[in-house]
Amino acid sequence: MGGVLLSLLLTFGTLSLLAVGGANAVVPEMHRQIVEIHGWLDSATFAQVYALAQAAPGPNILVAAALGWVIAGPAGMGAAFLGIVAPAWGLAWWVAGVTERLAAKPWLKAVRAGLVPIAIGLILASGLIMAQAAAAQLVGLAVAVVAALLVWRTELNLLWVLAAGGVAGLAFL
Amino acid sequence: MTDLAPPPTRLQLFLAFTRVGLFGFGGAAALARQVVVEEKRWLSERDYAEMLAAGQVLPGPNVGNTSVMLGRRFHGFTGALAASSGFYAVPLVLLTGLLLVYGSVADDPRVDSFMHGIAAAAAGMVVGTAVKMGQKLRPPPEMVVIGLLATAAAAWLRLPLPLIVLLLAPFAVGAALRRQKARG
Repeated sequence: MGGVLLSLLLTFGTLSLLAVGGANAVVPEMHRQIVEIHGWLDSATFAQVYALAQAAPGPNILVAAALGWVIAGPAGMGAAFLGIVAPAWGLAWWVAGVTERLAAKPWLKAVRAGLVPIAIGLILASGLIMAQAAAAQLVGLAVAVVAALLVWRTELNLLWVLAAGGVAGLAFL
Repeated sequence: MTDLAPPPTRLQLFLAFTRVGLFGFGGAAALARQVVVEEKRWLSERDYAEMLAAGQVLPGPNVGNTSVMLGRRFHGFTGALAASSGFYAVPLVLLTGLLLVYGSVADDPRVDSFMHGIAAAAAGMVVGTAVKMGQKLRPPPEMVVIGLLATAAAAWLRLPLPLIVLLLAPFAVGAALRRQKARG
């Protein structure tokens, strides 16, 4: 049991530092590790747990915690969660410290300013990719377009926008 | 630019990021921006954008990383812990509950329709927020081009994110340096 926990911790710990762009970037590697290398789950169970975690509210990265749970119970969930979160957490903490210490350096200001348009561009891309999936039905496309306009043009609370989308889905999808 | 509010307490950080984590639906960066910049006024538009940008290029969820950086800025280690545990804790508890009843909810077609509607709205929310941020930051034209190249590379070419950052960052940082020099 302890062996599995350590193994989970190390497996997800490695994935944590590879997850640039979030959990979705490492799902294929997660599958390879869990199904093919360690044989902890079969492919169908992996897909089920993945779908369940996607449907649950919260950050995508929690799929690791769900897999840990199915593989080794609550302790497995703890190990997988710690593994997927802690290394990236530590890195963010360290970078924040360096950034604060060197805040006055012109090159660092340029790096920070330069990364902003790239990050916003990438976030726009993630929205477009999500919208493409939603646009499989015409109603989904309409909801996405109206939501984008509302969010862009008004200061409306985003939770209302999401709730309205859900209700539109109930009514028309 | 509106004035900033007084620094948040650890509890306020925890609660704000609980809301963001719970209701992000794939668009946590959008929701975090509304809470942190518009509603609470803890950070300026630019400060938030820079923190989010760092969180985006580092491994891990962009808002998870941002929660660590934001928490650290106001309360050091315990602040980072408060903000980031807000982001993960309640969703983790809910996920555990869902695993205990394994799948019985996901089979209901009404839940499915509701979630599809939310996903569509979240997509629009992310697009709308990205446009809004871009607009409010008033970037110079070369930065707009770089941002749109990043969008095209990720959404159409489907290039891996680290590659996009490596390809575009030299140009973006160079352009930022040139602007700095021009301003003196």
